[in-house]
Amino acid sequence: MANVPADLSYTTEHEYVKKTGDGSVIQIGITDYAQGELGDVVYVELPKAGASFDKGAVFGTIEAVKAVSELYCPVAGTVVESNGALEQDPAAVNRDPYGAGWMIKLKVKDAGDLKALLNAAAYEKQIGK
Amino acid sequence: MAIAPSSLAHPDRFASRHLGPSPADVREMLKVVGYESLDSFIDAVIPEDIRFKKPLGIPAARSERETLAALRTVAAKNQVFRSYIGMGYADCITPPVVLRNVLENPGWYTAYTPYQAEIAQGRLEALLNFQTVVSDLTGLEVANASLLDEGTAAAEAVHLTAAATTHEGPGIFLVDAGCHPQTIAVVRTRAEAVGIQVTVAEPKGFAFKPGVIGCLLQYPGTEGDIQDFKGVTEKAHAAGALVTAATDLLALTLLTPPGEWGADIAVGNSQRFGVPLGYGGPHAAFFATKDAFKRHLPGRIIGVSKDRAGRPGLRMALQTREQHIRREKATSNVCTAQVLLAVTASMYAVYHGPEGIKKIAERVHGLAAILAEAARRLGYKVGHPAFFDTVVIEGDEAKIKEIHAGARRRRINLRPLSATRLAVALDETAGVEDVEDLAQVFALGKPLPFKLEDLAAAAKPAIPAGLARTTPYLTHPVFHRHRSETEMLRYLKQLEDRDLSLTSAMIPLGSCTMKLNATTEMIPITWPEFGKLHPFAPRDQAQGYTELFRQLEEWLAEITGFARVSLQPNAGSQGEFAGLLVIRAYHRAHHQAHRTTCLIPQSAHGTNPASAVLAGMNVVVVKTDAQGNIDVADLTAKAAQHQDTLAALMVTYPSTHGVFESSIREICRVVHEHGGQVYMDGANMNAQVGLCRPGDFGADVCHLNLHKTFCIPHGGGGPGMGPIGVAPHLANYLPDHPVVPLGHTESCGTISAAPWGSPSILPISWAYIAMMGKEELADATKLAILSANYIARRLAGHFDLLYAGKNGLIAHECILDTRPFKQSAGVEVEDIAKRIIDYGFHPPTVSFPVAGTLMVEPTEREPKAELDRFCDALIAIRGEIREIEHGEADRTDNLLSNAPHPLADLLADEWKHPYARERAAFPSAATRAHKVWPTVSRIDGAFGDRNLVCVCPPIEDYQTVG
Repeated sequence: MANVPADLSYTTEHEYVKKTGDGSVIQIGITDYAQGELGDVVYVELPKAGASFDKGAVFGTIEAVKAVSELYCPVAGTVVESNGALEQDPAAVNRDPYGAGWMIKLKVKDAGDLKALLNAAAYEKQIGK
Repeated sequence: MAIAPSSLAHPDRFASRHLGPSPADVREMLKVVGYESLDSFIDAVIPEDIRFKKPLGIPAARSERETLAALRTVAAKNQVFRSYIGMGYADCITPPVVLRNVLENPGWYTAYTPYQAEIAQGRLEALLNFQTVVSDLTGLEVANASLLDEGTAAAEAVHLTAAATTHEGPGIFLVDAGCHPQTIAVVRTRAEAVGIQVTVAEPKGFAFKPGVIGCLLQYPGTEGDIQDFKGVTEKAHAAGALVTAATDLLALTLLTPPGEWGADIAVGNSQRFGVPLGYGGPHAAFFATKDAFKRHLPGRIIGVSKDRAGRPGLRMALQTREQHIRREKATSNVCTAQVLLAVTASMYAVYHGPEGIKKIAERVHGLAAILAEAARRLGYKVGHPAFFDTVVIEGDEAKIKEIHAGARRRRINLRPLSATRLAVALDETAGVEDVEDLAQVFALGKPLPFKLEDLAAAAKPAIPAGLARTTPYLTHPVFHRHRSETEMLRYLKQLEDRDLSLTSAMIPLGSCTMKLNATTEMIPITWPEFGKLHPFAPRDQAQGYTELFRQLEEWLAEITGFARVSLQPNAGSQGEFAGLLVIRAYHRAHHQAHRTTCLIPQSAHGTNPASAVLAGMNVVVVKTDAQGNIDVADLTAKAAQHQDTLAALMVTYPSTHGVFESSIREICRVVHEHGGQVYMDGANMNAQVGLCRPGDFGADVCHLNLHKTFCIPHGGGGPGMGPIGVAPHLANYLPDHPVVPLGHTESCGTISAAPWGSPSILPISWAYIAMMGKEELADATKLAILSANYIARRLAGHFDLLYAGKNGLIAHECILDTRPFKQSAGVEVEDIAKRIIDYGFHPPTVSFPVAGTLMVEPTEREPKAELDRFCDALIAIRGEIREIEHGEADRTDNLLSNAPHPLADLLADEWKHPYARERAAFPSAATRAHKVWPTVSRIDGAFGDRNLVCVCPPIEDYQTVG
């Protein structure tokens, strides 16, 4: 069964949002459910720090052996860091999606956007758990 | 005793050899399906309102012998001149051991694209060798496993350039005026379709102003000249633009490779590595680039990975780049490659090795240098001082005219460049006597004032010192071990034996139509009268081909119900692209250039949306209903919503789900009412021939996969042919050609490098139609549909079947839903596919058109006994799944999870699995008599994609892995 941590927020497109020490910066990745559906991740294409995205904009792509999916920005903001370690170790997304498999850290433009995200219960409902 | 006149005709009929089920089989199969007669069954399958009930207007069936005789007559109308025309095509010598054991060998040519890697290690290794040849000779890190031709490869380079560079808007692409004219035309057509502006100029004058994304250079140039492109490359890179070199593999044995002078991409034609000219194809084009751009590389890439036991195993890598996954976001729509020809070219390199190839190159260059010296001494000016194999001769108009006339008398073709210039491109087949002939032509009837041997001493090599190759190539042992014919023969056989082809068993791939490729159909393709014609030879030398094209076009037009056919598109994907461009050209001519919306059903093959985007259209997806049919209400709504911009609907018929949708007429009507044209994907034409015609029920354009419905072999992953048929109002927009004008005054452009795509394989389709004739072509269709329904009926109750049309019947393929087994037994569709390999079959299509399912298409080829053997295997596998469901077999260590089982695992001293080796190895009685063994266990796809290696790995790797 897919792991859906209670303390995170989610999108219908299977990204999660995790708070960081800095109140205005969030960590974004894909959920455990999403990595399971994709299968063995072989490549993640991420933006450079400084890139800005609107809510719902494509910020990268993730490739498994026989599937490719776009990554959608849960809220508007500017990338402060992307996970360069995934270049060498894309499997981290499968192993540890909420930890070592994170993708970008984003400075949130409008904190109000965060309220529109799904909570764990709503996301679990969406994936039919 | 009276002799009946009917008994005087030879009793052998080709149809009875082509069709698998015997009349008795057909009766049995009809019983199972529940119909009295074949005709009542077909009436129940195909919607009445689209039936074509007349006999086809094509000749009656001819015997195999008569057909070969007719083709001999046609072939005799082609005249084989010595063609020193060049332009990317050079005559060559196919090593006979390769000719007979690869090109003419059904073990190689009847295989399918190597999606099932465990039973394809032979051709995967050959393709890895091909990639190594290309990578070594071009000096670039990654190469693909071939593309369709040099022109489209150059066009793919434009798309890679656009994807890999950052720029505002579509950008500008610079093309060297010294490129082959057909390359310029194809690049222009493909680039301009997506709004990229093409500027043709001399490289010296290239201006890398803002907006320029890249450039294409020809090395050596179309006139044979060798230029130093380092300067222009530096300028390009300084401006953030990429550099593509269109090049020649043989020349690169002597020249600094493009990768070493900075090119980012190299493309070209590998034809002169032992592949016949064939009046234009099929040949394997190549594409190589830097590691940094590997994720944008078009086409198929073979990569090294490992199997479960850690043994090295090859497979197609980075498939997520490809159109079948990326759909409208793909940067290339190419699907079919040219595997058979790439294998041939790779084996030329394996057989000759680096020393042999270099000697061939040095000889050609030496002869060209002697020819240049001869021309100088005869008072001509030699156009370019630096060249490899092509010499430009300049003289006054009268003399040049006389040279052409003299050459013609000696049955030699030269390339006219202008009234005062011509080019002579030598090749591997030319010898001293040919150069002497040429010198005599240049002497205009006077005796030669020199001896050729004396010239040899005086002639100087014409490769500039600064551009002489210094780095080694083909250092891998595979290019050094096979010098004797015995070793070569054994190597070829060893590779062939690793692969499953139609010579061993059924390949029931849904949507791929793996029909018989009859020997009679195949024999003519290597006749010199078909094989040795240069694509740009004067047309009066190709009268046989002209006749063949005309008849084949007429027959295909009759079969599809269209007015005209273009044979130019080299594959289905190219047919789609060409058909959509024809539609765009039509709209443009009617002042409707804004019509660029393309409706595509959800169920479409991924190539459709990719082709639409590359033709400059915007894709709008139409829903499919629960039965897998196009949702007519959604289609109507979307057509209305986009009626101001509607360009086309792309629809596959019968649908990709293998169903004859009864609403097809209605669908076509709705699209026409809203100003759109209907493009029909002819991938499933094998369910229509003789029974219904796209042109009759509303399609305006349709492509035909000659390598599916019309018996051109799949070649292990190409060649293909994708001609298009069009309704009368679109005829004038068909593809044209810059070198051989085809008379389409409002043409949509140039789709392929050669005017008629791949002519030398067209005798195959011609022969198939000739031998089946007007009556029996339809019989093939009927039996293809019956065989699919028979399988569906036999498997009912064992597997859930997805989708059926009216009366619960399907068209020519059926989809087995294997998704429930994931929950019930932890079994994935992949496990079932791999277990089918243990039963000696090639698995059906996996996860297309529906993820997690298998799609089976038997075609009309298989006798009932083989269909039964296949059904029995699937039913037995269902039993093996049940054992897991019931807890009798382990959920993670079972016959399916470990499939396929290679001998190395089965015969290992240690066997730790909870099931018997015997069940794994011989799951059916038939497998004891014969089966193709997988040579590796399941290959780890993720490992190969995470660690891409696409050239032959060092030999020690083979020894240390695992």
